Amino acid sequence: MKSEFIPPIGKISNINGQCISLIGNDIDTDRIIPARFLKCVNFDSLGESVFEDDRKTLKGRHPFDLEENKNSSILIVNSNFGCGSSREHAPQALIRWGIKAIIGESFADIFYSNCIAIGIPCFTLPKKSIEEIQNYCDEQFLFLEIDLKKSFAKSKDFNLNLEIKESSRKMFLSGEWDATSTLLDNENLIENKFNRLPYIKFNSHYS
Amino acid sequence: MSQDTLFDKVWDLHKVSSLPGGSDQIFIGLHLIHEVTSPQAFGALKDKKLKVKFPDRTVATVDHIVPTDNQSRPFKDNLAEQMIETLEKNCLEHKIRFFNIGSGNQGIVHVVAPELGLTQPGMTIACGDSHTSTHGAFGSIAFGIGTSQVRDVLATQTLAMNKLKVRQIWCDNKLSKGVYAKDLVLHIINKLGVKAGVGFAYEFAGPAIHELSMEERMTICNMSIEGGARCGYINPDEKTFSYIKNKLYAPKNKHWNRALRWWESLKSDENSIYDDVIKIDASKVEPTVTWGITPGQSISINQQIPFLDDLSPNDKLVAEEAYEYMSFKPGQLIKDTPIDVCFIGSCTNGRISDLRVAAKVLKGKKVSKNVKAFAVPGSEKVATEAKQEGLDQIFKDSGFQWREPGCSMCLAMNSDKLIGNQVSASSSNRNFKGRQGSPSGRTLLMSPAMVAAAAINGKVSDVREFIN
Repeated sequence: MKSEFIPPIGKISNINGQCISLIGNDIDTDRIIPARFLKCVNFDSLGESVFEDDRKTLKGRHPFDLEENKNSSILIVNSNFGCGSSREHAPQALIRWGIKAIIGESFADIFYSNCIAIGIPCFTLPKKSIEEIQNYCDEQFLFLEIDLKKSFAKSKDFNLNLEIKESSRKMFLSGEWDATSTLLDNENLIENKFNRLPYIKFNSHYS
Repeated sequence: MSQDTLFDKVWDLHKVSSLPGGSDQIFIGLHLIHEVTSPQAFGALKDKKLKVKFPDRTVATVDHIVPTDNQSRPFKDNLAEQMIETLEKNCLEHKIRFFNIGSGNQGIVHVVAPELGLTQPGMTIACGDSHTSTHGAFGSIAFGIGTSQVRDVLATQTLAMNKLKVRQIWCDNKLSKGVYAKDLVLHIINKLGVKAGVGFAYEFAGPAIHELSMEERMTICNMSIEGGARCGYINPDEKTFSYIKNKLYAPKNKHWNRALRWWESLKSDENSIYDDVIKIDASKVEPTVTWGITPGQSISINQQIPFLDDLSPNDKLVAEEAYEYMSFKPGQLIKDTPIDVCFIGSCTNGRISDLRVAAKVLKGKKVSKNVKAFAVPGSEKVATEAKQEGLDQIFKDSGFQWREPGCSMCLAMNSDKLIGNQVSASSSNRNFKGRQGSPSGRTLLMSPAMVAAAAINGKVSDVREFIN
């Protein structure tokens, strides 16, 4: 299906790619990756199972099965995308299928955090703009060039002012979206905080 | 911006630093892990050559993949066995406390931590599971995280997060007879919508909330996430404190009084500021059932499935999808919908009080011959208590199967699944397409009492007709 998965690393400032449109509100993470695929101790094989049940139901007509979408990397969705379970397996399945960025009306909180943590920028646009893009994708190929510095995307027919949380945008541009090392930089502050929390003292028998 | 709410106080107390991007670094007081979302996090630690920073602040149990019929090892399902073995190995290697099957303390992670007294007011609690919001019932700030964040908590005991806004949901009056916490929370999600909580923590307050037991409060906070709120909480009070007192990990002796004084100080101030306030009249809530494919698509037991024209423009798309998937017609009554499977359990409604309420309905009655019904206690402790009270016998006498603790058919990661397009009456939290193990399976969410009533009649029923 796809070439070997290479996880993103370091600074992310530009994403260029073909759009794939997936219509529907409240698409939950159980649909993105059904629970039976969570029986794994790594994420490696999730890409092929993304939207498995929806795809089976649509017998080849699901956007993720259409030949013309096979090289797409920018996913266009509607509102409350990724609601439900906290399973990071959902964005892990999307990124392994080939998705590098998502543009939607809105995202569920935990899904959004998971996307940021694995290097998938998620942008929002008003409902009307999303619908225009989705209608366009129905008719023809849409290649977008996303510039994170300017929060801007363009194609020959579109100029889009994308919205993204400022903290997320900065993390991608500086490469600090992989948070572990940034958090560890404050090791002394963490120790201090631990020693000052009231409940650590009255739960001394906790350990 | 909210001020002086419990959320503000607990957040500020746990703030370690402001990160360069503008988010906060937050200390996590209690980290709960299970077999599904932790293995890749431990793998990442290994790759990065990092250790678990505070092993004492992480507690593990196994719940999602465990079979509920036969829990002897090795599990029949090789993948499930591999997952529990991986957790056992990781806990041993990193010296993390693990409540394994047979320990007497195993169960669904959100049932176990409160019943052991691990969950306490004023803590920040994180777990790789969206229903972590449950613990907010104690006045803690608790939220679900993904696997990369599990890795971060293991490695640093902190998370990078943006502070949430706070919406108070004030519930006036009290619930009427035959109406339960589950009905109230389904009602709230229906009124506000499934994405209203995005970016918010929900503070549940008011006389109706005050009236609820701790277990009922957990049901409410548990489902915050179904309304889009990653975090839901209730200010601690006497009920909170007496629930915690004498639990295994509760503060003891002189520490108890210190804890109590501190917990008292955490409540939202009387003149605290909220980003938003919503009022709900709890006395108007009736037994509530979902008819669609999101937890927001619910109606009262005597209502019709809504017509497209009755819905807001934003809800129409999902409603059309729901009619088709559920094979329901607009205007159809939900009452008397035939049921194939009845499930009582889950982190929403698998606690001892849930089993008591259902047993009361079932006592002396028989499950309809067309229904497969099973009860799954939320933990080994709940199972033991139920047996001591003879509840297991009431369930069995009625025709329910009595199972071993685990998440079971809430998400169907074990062999408890719907088959084909079966319809379930379920005390769990999600009615998503395919959620209960069959890609065409249909789930109707309701209170455990309503599930019991549905089991007896073989169709969706009004439990108030059983409890006069």
